[in-house]
Amino acid sequence: MVNFTINGKALSAAEGTTILKAAQENGIKIPHLCYLEKLNEIGACRLCIVEIKGIERLAPACTTQVSEGMEILTESPRIYNARKVNLQLILSRHRTACTTCIRSGNCELQNLVRDFNLREEAFECRPEKNASSDACPIVRDASKCVQCMRCVQVCEKVQGIGVWDAVGTGCRSVVDTAKRIPVAESDCVYCGQCVTHCPTGALVARDDTDRVLAALANTELTTVIQVAPAVRAAWNEALGISDEIGTVGRMVAALKALGFNFVFDTNFAADLTIMEEGSELLERLKDAGKHSWPMFTSCCPGWVRFMKTQYPEFAGNLSTAKSPQQMFGAVAKSYFAEKRGIDPHKLFVVSVMPCSAKKAECELPGMSSACGDPDVDVVLTTREFCRMLMTLNVSAETLPEANFDSPLGESTGAAVIFGATGGVMEAALRSAYYLLAGKNPEADAFKAYRPVAGKPWQESEIALPGAGTLRTAVVSGLANTRRLLEAVKAGEAKYDFVEVMACPGGCAGGGGQPIHAGEERAESRGRRLWKLDGDSAVRFSHENPEVLALYKDYLEKPLSHKSHELLHVEN
Amino acid sequence: MFRACACMCGRTLPFPMSRLELKTPLKLQSTLEQLHEGMQRRIEAYPPGLCPVEAALNYLTLSKAQSCGKCVPCRIGLANMARLLEQLLDGEGNADTVSLLETTASAIADSADCAIGVEAANAVLLTLRGFKDDYMEHAATGHCLVGKKEALPCRALCPADVDIPGYIALVKAGRNADAIRLIRKDNPFPVACAYICEHPCESHCRRKMVDDSVNIRALKRYAVSKAGDVPQPSCGASTGKRVAVIGGGPGGLTAAYFLQLMGHQVTVFERHKQLGGMMRYGIPSYRFPREVLDAEIKSILSTGIEVKTGIDVGRANTLADLRKEFDAIFLSIGAHTDKKLRIEGEDSDGVISAVKLLGGIGDGEMPDFTGKRVVVVGGGNVAMDCTRSAVRLGATKVTCVYRRRIEDMTAQREEVDGAIAEGAEVMTLAAPLKVEADANGKVSAFWAKPQMIGEFDKGGRPAPKDAAAEPIRIPCDIVVVAIGQGIDSKAFENEGVPCGRGGSILASESTTEIAGMPGVFAGGDVVTGPATVIKAIAAGKVAAANIDEYLGFHHEISVDVAVPAAGFADLRRHGRVNPEERPADERKGDFKCMECPYSDEAAAEEAGRCLRCDCFGFGNFKGGRYAKW
Repeated sequence: MVNFTINGKALSAAEGTTILKAAQENGIKIPHLCYLEKLNEIGACRLCIVEIKGIERLAPACTTQVSEGMEILTESPRIYNARKVNLQLILSRHRTACTTCIRSGNCELQNLVRDFNLREEAFECRPEKNASSDACPIVRDASKCVQCMRCVQVCEKVQGIGVWDAVGTGCRSVVDTAKRIPVAESDCVYCGQCVTHCPTGALVARDDTDRVLAALANTELTTVIQVAPAVRAAWNEALGISDEIGTVGRMVAALKALGFNFVFDTNFAADLTIMEEGSELLERLKDAGKHSWPMFTSCCPGWVRFMKTQYPEFAGNLSTAKSPQQMFGAVAKSYFAEKRGIDPHKLFVVSVMPCSAKKAECELPGMSSACGDPDVDVVLTTREFCRMLMTLNVSAETLPEANFDSPLGESTGAAVIFGATGGVMEAALRSAYYLLAGKNPEADAFKAYRPVAGKPWQESEIALPGAGTLRTAVVSGLANTRRLLEAVKAGEAKYDFVEVMACPGGCAGGGGQPIHAGEERAESRGRRLWKLDGDSAVRFSHENPEVLALYKDYLEKPLSHKSHELLHVEN
Repeated sequence: MFRACACMCGRTLPFPMSRLELKTPLKLQSTLEQLHEGMQRRIEAYPPGLCPVEAALNYLTLSKAQSCGKCVPCRIGLANMARLLEQLLDGEGNADTVSLLETTASAIADSADCAIGVEAANAVLLTLRGFKDDYMEHAATGHCLVGKKEALPCRALCPADVDIPGYIALVKAGRNADAIRLIRKDNPFPVACAYICEHPCESHCRRKMVDDSVNIRALKRYAVSKAGDVPQPSCGASTGKRVAVIGGGPGGLTAAYFLQLMGHQVTVFERHKQLGGMMRYGIPSYRFPREVLDAEIKSILSTGIEVKTGIDVGRANTLADLRKEFDAIFLSIGAHTDKKLRIEGEDSDGVISAVKLLGGIGDGEMPDFTGKRVVVVGGGNVAMDCTRSAVRLGATKVTCVYRRRIEDMTAQREEVDGAIAEGAEVMTLAAPLKVEADANGKVSAFWAKPQMIGEFDKGGRPAPKDAAAEPIRIPCDIVVVAIGQGIDSKAFENEGVPCGRGGSILASESTTEIAGMPGVFAGGDVVTGPATVIKAIAAGKVAAANIDEYLGFHHEISVDVAVPAAGFADLRRHGRVNPEERPADERKGDFKCMECPYSDEAAAEEAGRCLRCDCFGFGNFKGGRYAKW
């Protein structure tokens, strides 16, 4: 521990702590814009500058570590003046268009300008020219970029890809894709982590709400919406609704209030995914020599894109099962349409996903298996869903709770945990155990194998009756995933089944979720999902009555010919 | 009733008091001088890897402020050219912009009235010729071809990519042995480079923006003098592969060292009696003491490298023989042949080449110049080595004869100054004419033709021309010819190794690979022509990595040394601390090292001048540090 003072107050902190962190720990506010704990401590915005006794110039609090006897001042006229000028300089390169900006009200720059009480621009605003494109789900407006470098760091360090980089030289240095390749042609997997870590509206997920509003207005269409597991753990955050009020039932009521004809649950399809993917795993295990190992989960489109571009040699290891979103779409436009006598071409399927990569997933070849049209028409992020609620003046908190519609609305506890890292693995294990042993394990039998924060990945050896020991791994974040794949390639790690989620913490921390400056909420949202599972009456996918009915009436059995047509892809 | 200010600041002042006034510098003038001095330092510190088109704009911005405003081409033309450049830089230009710029620059160069306009336009034309591709990229895409930003100017300019701020921080922390380990990750010759590196790392040091570059080499010299014997890391698991390195100079030994660490078994074949190449046979011991060189080579060999000295590959055995025995070959034979003056009397008794003189000294064969008058011909570092060696060998008079001026010499200025301080005479503007011999064929005098300095040649240096003066006779007993070295690659050329002009082996200067000869690599002086130790080391390092890949491996070289965190960079101006030299009168009598290492306090002071660019600016964003290669 080192002892120091901030604004005259005697404090102590662990050695190596930055002034900014030490101040935050003690409730002292230091303004900052570029800082992102552990990821981006580069002192670029120069707003967190402080005075240190004995040091001639002002020092950035985010890169300077406290030391014994250090006397720090976080406010003074000199500091104020320098911060103010730097903020004005940032504004001179930021196209201030708050009224029409998607991040208005949740913009770190807007907040700073408000807090600094800046009432006019000091410099002529000359933002970088914008060349944004809607070609892919990640849209970048260069004119709003403040060059904090967070996107560069998140993509490089957390996702191990490096789509973004600082390019150009001198005062013409800007952030752009590395080597200025268009995003759609880059290695971007559309995970959206750069979006959720962008302090302004420079990086956003493409807004597709207009297409949904148009569909809702079209009386010829029957509109169906599905909502992903992780959405229910976060949707209320952006609306200022507490977790107690923001229940699943109220979310369903809000979706119904938007005017959709049917409100279904992606969780239903998650249970279906377990039936297909779990069976596939057992099939592969029966004939282990014919397959390459490990088998990888395929429900995360960010991961699938990552693997197909960076590690195509593993494509054969990927489960052929579609993601729950796409299984849902395929079942909706076949089974459901037939059952209800709706022309599938007149059925408009919308998803609410915690994810921006899902927007690209529904456009992939092979994702039009029900009637030839795309199985899922539009994907909205959790944020877009919240914006639609505001647009259509739905006060969700006042609505009575409602239930999902049938026949694609029933789900189990095993499905809701798809939204948290380790959940797909656990759901699959619960059902695989049943299929092998002919009886259910304890629902919490695999609790001990859930991932622990801080490890690059969680590996386990799980004894399954009749199948010996299953070596499993659960990983989230693509930089971690790359490490795991390299270990597998080098023969340093050997697994049978691996769950991969592109976003750290899984879909709960997805790139389509509500944004909170400087906060990572994947873990707390994940806990909410695990609690929903614990509270569920049914916790095994193979016990979902609607899924069982679907097999009985339509698909026959997992991995049937019909299942393959609708629910699987060639990798 | 107004007059111009006498300080030449251009201001107008009232009431003329006197008929004439002295031009006394006032405050404005001295401020401007400070600004100009800062500008000069900033240009010297111009970081590598920046947009060249922007550099052209910088030049033009400076130039247009200097226009007197009288003539059209300069007053209006320079401003318009600057605007065209800005358009290109801002992505608002196209190919027409470039061609308009070119036409305009030509017209200004042709029609401006004085140097202000002409030179500015010529500079633009120079850039249009020099980096047309960059211009066209800006025209086509609005962006620069330059993609990579250099976080650290020092490391970027070190051919071997040594982690300079890292080891300076270690020196500052008193961890000299760790500093040596960190340097060895990229360069197995910390000691050699401490004594004789030409330190390109210092040329664009960011500290120059404040005062002067950090004395990086002297800090390394301090580190090696304090570190003691630092054991080498252990080698990786044996790969069973064998590599032959031909030539045991800095390049060859570097390749051997890293390949050995990677787990390959290396054999070095050396033609001379001892290893070291030009470090031994070119650089005299007063600059690089032999015992220090021997210790460093011994340390490198402790990795298990096999050595075969006295073997002239190409004559004793063939490349084809070696290729049968070894999995890969690195050719690093250097440039050890002498160049001739081609003047009358050159074959007289007493005319010797620099290569022969310094080579002999390298093996301890000291000629006795006692009572002799020596003429050294040449203006490079080798000429200075010969001059200063001749002084130490007892010559009564040493004259270094050079056809251009001192400022045109390729020798480092401190070498020339050192030679003069030791009593040598430097006779400039004197072109070799003939060697006069006595009846026994022994040298009796050197004749030189007086020169005048003239126009710049294609190489960018002013060329000498004959002056209308009588030839000068310099009576002497010994003539040392130090006008450059050549390459003897004939034996390899005969075996199919592609060779170019002057015998240089045609290997890729960036990868050391030889096209059409898989498994055979070449680097160092034999490829580049006579260059520097650090360039040869870099070639050896690159060769090691590429040979490793060729052999089917991807070994990585890293070191487990944590670099201390940076404190606050002190930007107050502080003089550069230079190491002391032994007094000229004392050092000229022996071959002992002439430079004294830093004292502890001098080292601390100088290490404190490093701005730690690895931790500030772009450094704390993109690191500027490669943990491994």
